[in-house]
Amino acid sequence: MASIKLHEIAHCYNAGKGAGVDYALKPLNQSWENGGAYALLGPSGCGKTTLLNIISGLLRPSEGRVLFDEKDITDLTTEQRNIAQVFQFPVVYDTLSVAKNLAFPLQNRGLANDVIERRVAEVLQMLGMQAKANLKARGLNADDKQKISLGRGLVRTDVEAILFDEPLTVIDPHLKWQLRTELKKIHQQFQHTMIYVTHDQTEALTFADKVIVMYEGAIVQIGTPEELFEQPKHTFVGKFIGSPGMNVLPCELRGSDIVVNGNKVALGRPVSVSREDSKGLELGIRPEYVKLSADCGIPVDITGVEDVGKRIVVRSKFHNSDVNIILREGEGIPGNPGLIFEPSKINLYQNSYLVGTV
Amino acid sequence: MKPLNNKAWFMVLPVLVLVAFSAIIPLMTVVNYSVQDTFGNNEFFWVGTEWFQELLTSERFHNALQRTLLFSGLVLLIEIPLGIFIALAMPKRGIGVSICLVLMALPLLIPWNVVGTIWQVFGRVDIGLLGHGLAELGIDYNYTQDIFDAWLTLIVMDVWHWTSLVVLLCYSGLVAIPEVYYQAARIDGASRWAVFRYIQLPKIKRVLLIAVLLRFMDSFMIYTEPFVVTGGGPGNATTFLSIDLVQMAVGQFDLGPAAAMSLVYFLIILLVCWVFYTIMTSYDNDEIG
Amino acid sequence: MLELDKVSLSLDGEVFLNDINLTLKRGELNILLGPTLAGKTTLMRVMAGLDKPDRGSIRFDGESVLGVPVQERNIAMVYQQFINYPTLSVYENIASPLKVAGLDKVKIDSRVDQVAGLLRLEEFLDRKPNTLSGGQQQRLALARALVKEAELVILDEPLANLDYKLREELRSELPKLFAESGAVLVYATTEPSEALVLGGNTACMQQGRIVQFGPTLDLYRHPEALQSARTFSDPPLNTVTLSKGKEGLTISGTSQVINLPQQQLIAGKYTMGVRPHHLSLEKCSGIDIEVNGVVNVTEMSGSESFIHFNFNGNDWVALVHGIQNYYSGELVSFYIQPSNIFLFDALDRIRNHNSVEVTK
Repeated sequence: MASIKLHEIAHCYNAGKGAGVDYALKPLNQSWENGGAYALLGPSGCGKTTLLNIISGLLRPSEGRVLFDEKDITDLTTEQRNIAQVFQFPVVYDTLSVAKNLAFPLQNRGLANDVIERRVAEVLQMLGMQAKANLKARGLNADDKQKISLGRGLVRTDVEAILFDEPLTVIDPHLKWQLRTELKKIHQQFQHTMIYVTHDQTEALTFADKVIVMYEGAIVQIGTPEELFEQPKHTFVGKFIGSPGMNVLPCELRGSDIVVNGNKVALGRPVSVSREDSKGLELGIRPEYVKLSADCGIPVDITGVEDVGKRIVVRSKFHNSDVNIILREGEGIPGNPGLIFEPSKINLYQNSYLVGTV
Repeated sequence: MKPLNNKAWFMVLPVLVLVAFSAIIPLMTVVNYSVQDTFGNNEFFWVGTEWFQELLTSERFHNALQRTLLFSGLVLLIEIPLGIFIALAMPKRGIGVSICLVLMALPLLIPWNVVGTIWQVFGRVDIGLLGHGLAELGIDYNYTQDIFDAWLTLIVMDVWHWTSLVVLLCYSGLVAIPEVYYQAARIDGASRWAVFRYIQLPKIKRVLLIAVLLRFMDSFMIYTEPFVVTGGGPGNATTFLSIDLVQMAVGQFDLGPAAAMSLVYFLIILLVCWVFYTIMTSYDNDEIG
Repeated sequence: MLELDKVSLSLDGEVFLNDINLTLKRGELNILLGPTLAGKTTLMRVMAGLDKPDRGSIRFDGESVLGVPVQERNIAMVYQQFINYPTLSVYENIASPLKVAGLDKVKIDSRVDQVAGLLRLEEFLDRKPNTLSGGQQQRLALARALVKEAELVILDEPLANLDYKLREELRSELPKLFAESGAVLVYATTEPSEALVLGGNTACMQQGRIVQFGPTLDLYRHPEALQSARTFSDPPLNTVTLSKGKEGLTISGTSQVINLPQQQLIAGKYTMGVRPHHLSLEKCSGIDIEVNGVVNVTEMSGSESFIHFNFNGNDWVALVHGIQNYYSGELVSFYIQPSNIFLFDALDRIRNHNSVEVTK
């Protein structure tokens, strides 16, 4: 196991080809602890896979150094780095049995047969694939194939880090739950350094201790799931995390009040933030912290109600902004509804960046 | 929506007619000849399976068959591994790809009789670049007199002519392997051999099967090149089944025995292809690690 | 209206579709929900006429369409992979079905504009599909399906290859897009949450069978069989085996009694099913049922926490609000309102109908 340090890392795929550097990954400095579970979260094209491949050595960064436990490994090959990586689509050795597939990384490193057998048996049990151990990999379905890929990532005990590149994309929803929980358990048990790339917020937030949110080749926020949820540093994070994402409304400060389109937001206390001008000021509030109340609050038009079983998403319109409200199962919509924001959950943004909370 | 157009079937008709005239009818004619005796002037006598019995016990036939099988075997043993090796060594991207592909395709574009003629001249001791060069070096090489030299010339010629086909087929299989497989192998610490054995070979198995079948059928039926280069000699050393067959049919005008021989020849090819196919595909299913 | 009557299909001894009976109305969204290999794609292919069933009849507006080739029927299909004509521009892609149908230029122009507007593709009309993002490419495929004004629109996991956020966005747009068309809409998905957002009707599929069919929320709230409750649960449904004996209904292997209102049950084995969000950390009333377990692992997503625990030998998961961090090995108690419990008999049929009110 190792800590990972990224020093002035940047990457562009067209390096050295004329003027205008087009960064796929903008310069960054990162220090990740030994034994941590990290998730790289962002939409496609945000640079998360590029970053992962730089760590695994499949890609050489055009700038900067990669350090494992303070040792510079930028020039080492993937094989020399001693890491494991699981890819988005299943990679199995078709002609080998499930057990032989799992043994493959160990055999290549010349481990003793009894050690290999023991380890393979453990991983088979972890994946619940004992019954299929002697089947050939080619005949299996996508779920099982991906389980083998995961197993090959987990079979080595001496790796510096295990990297996952959207490993559960092709997995059925029910199995997704099971495997994700299994990964989390494995992490708690063995304390491997794990880095998990995904575009799925639930996967990232539930798996990782620290989530790194990326957007357009840069890191926009690093934090615990709770921090990302309660205090997004950028409106992008607020909207990207949560379903539906954070509501963002243009607002202004008048003395110690927040005013949204002429309507004073009931806070119950004065705002601690002061700004010289209200230009580009926005209020961010999660749908979970908005309540609908009869005859009071900020009046809105309800445009839609989506009952999704365990909760109800109410879509509403306030001037030109969409405001979503989440109600729990069984809650109803009052007549003549108005919005009430939970004051302690209001975040204020200026030019998309967090400037303060109420 | 347009109605389904059944007229499409009429488009296939010319091909059916063509195949009937070019394959089915001649084949039936051969079957007809193989059970009769004829002395020309359209006189036929029913002989039953006599030609077949005679053929299958004839030493001449056995020898020719052995020679042909040996030739095919040697050619396959050299061309398949060599073809895979070259395909593996070829670049996967960049300008080199097109250059390599063109170079590889060149021998395939040359007609068979020209290939034969090229090598016939090339190997001649008096004027051929190869033959004369070897003689200058003091190596005793003469494909018209020495059996080993004749075989060597034919095999080298065939390898030169046809290895490209194996290369191209294997190459097409290799480039279809997604990059992520190689990445996974690097992470698993796989050796070059392990990558070949567990990723590349399984993925090119299907095209390889086609390559083996094509090369077997072609080499087993080889006629033009040895006819041009050695004419079946020295002695009968390079008289393969095909050459023998032509000698019998055209040279001696023994239509009955020749027809019987053609059929046996045809059945052998079918049988060997079937055996190859079954072995290679069943290997797929049975192998449990 | 599309009617399937006793449709079955097997191939090489393997049953793909088993006695499918379905009536799908025009203008309604019909969802086929089930895991991979449940038979969703096969069923859609049979509906489209790409595959022929071994038995049964398929009628469209009362007329049999069995044996009518797909070209002769007015059908639009969208697949998981983004399939567009790579050499045609976005405009030409959308216009292609109309050109085939022989519409005049003016009519095509106005239809393309309308559909491109609906799917927010106006600004890309001159571009080639491969210069678009995944979400835009799939919107283009949807536009082609929409512009055709087909009578049967088949969508086979159309959002599966898209990013999470994009999927969320398109998911809430889709029902509106097709709401106006008078077509029969069929939508396959593996994700229960997707079915719930889309609404409409849902058919739960398992191993080539339709386990249950009805309005989506009804199906979610009132599963008739254990299989449909399982299929329609994300996170997975929690289950435990119960025995009915002299002491009443107890959790098998323990003496814990489960009191359910107005139940006349014969002795035997039952299965209790509870949705993860119906497990609460607080007791709401005296009749709440308490379950205790040992925590396996807790997953927290900021707004919710998933507590995985072992209950009487079963893996259970509870979905609770906010950050609730429990450590592995900790003892935890949850409370369930009896009205939120599903009870299934030995044949996995529902034995009680829970009484959660449907909000409208």
